[in-house]
Amino acid sequence: MKMNDTLYRKRRLTSLVGLTFSMSAMAVGLAVLIWILFVLFSNGLAALDGHLLTSDTPAPGTEGGGLRNAIVGSLMIVGLTVLVSTPVGILAGVYLSEYGDRSKTAELTRFVTDIMLSAPSIVLGLFVYAIAVATVGKFSGYAGSLALSLIAVPVVMRTTENMLRLVPGSLREAAFALGAPRWKVSTFITLRAAKSGVMTGLLLAVARISGETAPLLFTALNNQFFSTNMGAPMANLPVVIFQFAMSPYDNWVRLAWAGALLITLTVLVLNILARVFFREKVGS
Amino acid sequence: MSDIKTPVKNAIEVRDLNFYYGKFQGLRNVTMNIAERKVTAFIGPSGCGKSTLLRTLNRMYSLYPGQRAEGEINFYGQNILDPKQDLNLLRARIGMVFQKPTPFPMTIYDNIAFGVRLYENLSSSEMDDRVEWALTKAALWNEVKDKLGQNGLSLSGGQQQRLCIARSVAVKPSVLLLDEPTSALDPISTGKVEELVHELKTDYTIAIVTHNMQQAARCSDYTAYMYLGELIEFGETEQIFFKPNKTATEDYITGRFG
Amino acid sequence: MSLESVIRSEDRLGDEPAQAVSADMVAIAKKQRLQDAVFHRVTQAFSLLVLAALLGIIVSLFVNALPTFQKFGFPFLWHVEWDIINEDFGAAIAIVGTVASAGIALLIAVPLAFGVAVFLTETCPVWLRRPLGTAIELLAAVPSIIYGMFGLFVFAPLFADYLQIPLQKILGGMPLVGFLFGGATNGMGILAAGIVLAFMVLPFIAAVMRDVFEITPPILRESAYGLGCTTWEVVRQVVLPYTQKGVIGGIMLGLGRALGETMAVTFVIGNANRMPTSLFSPGTSIASVLANEFGEAEALHFSTLFALGFLLFVITFVVLAAAKVMILRAEKAKGN
Repeated sequence: MKMNDTLYRKRRLTSLVGLTFSMSAMAVGLAVLIWILFVLFSNGLAALDGHLLTSDTPAPGTEGGGLRNAIVGSLMIVGLTVLVSTPVGILAGVYLSEYGDRSKTAELTRFVTDIMLSAPSIVLGLFVYAIAVATVGKFSGYAGSLALSLIAVPVVMRTTENMLRLVPGSLREAAFALGAPRWKVSTFITLRAAKSGVMTGLLLAVARISGETAPLLFTALNNQFFSTNMGAPMANLPVVIFQFAMSPYDNWVRLAWAGALLITLTVLVLNILARVFFREKVGS
Repeated sequence: MSDIKTPVKNAIEVRDLNFYYGKFQGLRNVTMNIAERKVTAFIGPSGCGKSTLLRTLNRMYSLYPGQRAEGEINFYGQNILDPKQDLNLLRARIGMVFQKPTPFPMTIYDNIAFGVRLYENLSSSEMDDRVEWALTKAALWNEVKDKLGQNGLSLSGGQQQRLCIARSVAVKPSVLLLDEPTSALDPISTGKVEELVHELKTDYTIAIVTHNMQQAARCSDYTAYMYLGELIEFGETEQIFFKPNKTATEDYITGRFG
Repeated sequence: MSLESVIRSEDRLGDEPAQAVSADMVAIAKKQRLQDAVFHRVTQAFSLLVLAALLGIIVSLFVNALPTFQKFGFPFLWHVEWDIINEDFGAAIAIVGTVASAGIALLIAVPLAFGVAVFLTETCPVWLRRPLGTAIELLAAVPSIIYGMFGLFVFAPLFADYLQIPLQKILGGMPLVGFLFGGATNGMGILAAGIVLAFMVLPFIAAVMRDVFEITPPILRESAYGLGCTTWEVVRQVVLPYTQKGVIGGIMLGLGRALGETMAVTFVIGNANRMPTSLFSPGTSIASVLANEFGEAEALHFSTLFALGFLLFVITFVVLAAAKVMILRAEKAKGN
């Protein structure tokens, strides 16, 4: 069979073009990532100064200021969220993996959980406003934590379940064979065996909620002053950035960049930790 | 027939056992005994039901919906197929070692202690003694006595399997079920485990499934030959291997098929 | 089966060693059964919380939105108006902004994601695959507010000078498409929002595509190569059709995310409650309206915001559910 030269050349050219395109797409993606990080660092570092951790957010029109109240507020809100969503998410994941297996309810739960993972977070904020702010009459750090939990729990649930499924059935059987009750098998043996994977899931959940702004807009709101009272409006980095970034005040915009840098550093470090941590444990 | 000895005391008596994986019948009308403090071996080609039978003895199949057993299995007077049977208690008295060594993700010490802690309240020195005792019984003590705090997964394959045996022995069960315990091991470790089986039988009733006929001939007092879910022949090992009653048995033993 | 074996009548069941089962053990076993029951129910309850939350969201949003739905009825969906003072509201402006920005985002992100996925599965040297894959995933990890700031301070001015102005000059006068490039060239607007959004959803789509490309059975690829196909042909004619469902699922996942994005969009969409007339016009998305106006809303305005939230939730839920179904089907077809 005589090969058609021009046709073959054309096909090879098409392939070359296509593959070059795909490589460029990758390059574009990387370039954007690097560009964003570069901008973040150059603007954010310039805004870092001694006052950042010692002063609170400045009133409109005043000079200087820092982000102390916002940082502390974010730490507290995220901290409470982690405290609540970790046991709930892990135990729910244990249920789906060890008990729920094939039932219709379990399938439905998994389906809904996956959707909640990608649901618009601002709507979650609306919901929590309706049930935890409007009812009580005021914004609060607690409401903010609740809203963030609605995002964190599905993340932890799914990763926990997936990691538990990777544990071989023979390990469970060995524990049952000693006469261990199911709950001990699930926790002391299976969960423990999946420990590093579950930790990864937790780290990723924390990374995810650290940067969320929308859910906090209507729940924790913001607080110009330093406060550790979670029952009242609480300062937090994302909402502060939102308010300050689009404002006409120079020092506000500077602080917004500093805050953005802090959040991004936290998120990236957590993400990289999670991937390295997991790879290390699994590799051994 | 071998000479009639004193009446044998049985630990387990299996009567008309039928087993189903969903619609598929894995065991047909199996009737046999497991003698106390003796080693009973189950042999037969792949898929003959020997592991299935072993797993009915500690109700391991109950973990999986869709698998069920019918008939009677009497363990020292109790029918363990009774739905009211407490499975955890049963498994504390009938232990199992699996084909693949499965150390728990914890220290060697905790691996042993885990099972003991389930049902016994021992002081820390008592627990230390028990751990040492179990590891000694499994011929592992000398190799690990200085590294009890290390993770169980850091041991070699043969050592891991002996750890699993120690783990099962530590809770002092009446019966030990061994499901192809040496098929994943090298010959030296296999030899060590076989020696163990010989020593353990003075205190424990042992049932062992093996695809290695020579192993059955070496280690066991009684042998059951199974094929396609049926018990073809059961008797004293010497008799089965040297003067089998059935041609089918003889064919398998002599390697005419299998 | 007859007992043709050594089961002699003299053989009896022995007595189990006395220490085997003490009363203590029985008590412990009983306690364990109780513990098991409690553990089962507690973990089950926790797992049902998600379903309860979903239900709660739908109900509370709807209830709070009721006054608006009652006043305007179905026409609310296409009513073009946003008059806070006279309490005359319509969802059309926000819906158009949401759909347009998401649509543009997908137009840009899908080909790029496809390119990234092809690169990672075909051309990339194996040792680079993990790190580059992780880098793309980091794009997804960057919080949306960062994208917003980047969009506002860095992208917008560049977009205005290097894309908007030239585009307007060149294409602004053309008959059919000219109108698309009219309007203010301040770096913001529907197109700007779409571009920023594209890079937010790119990693999600790329990740799903890469995952389904990777589970294409090697034998299919090898047969194609064996016939003399070029790499590109293998991807287009073999891998893509085979992973069709998964790819569509990935795209819909991206769409679902794009529709719901708040911060990345709010910073650059211009936040004008008017129907956009060109790609450069400022507009608004449902999420942006909520973010901007919730603080001061009262009465009907307030319930209208809830109505928009309800609509957004329903739309994204449907899109994400469809995405999930497609991805599940793709996985089932592989016997996963």
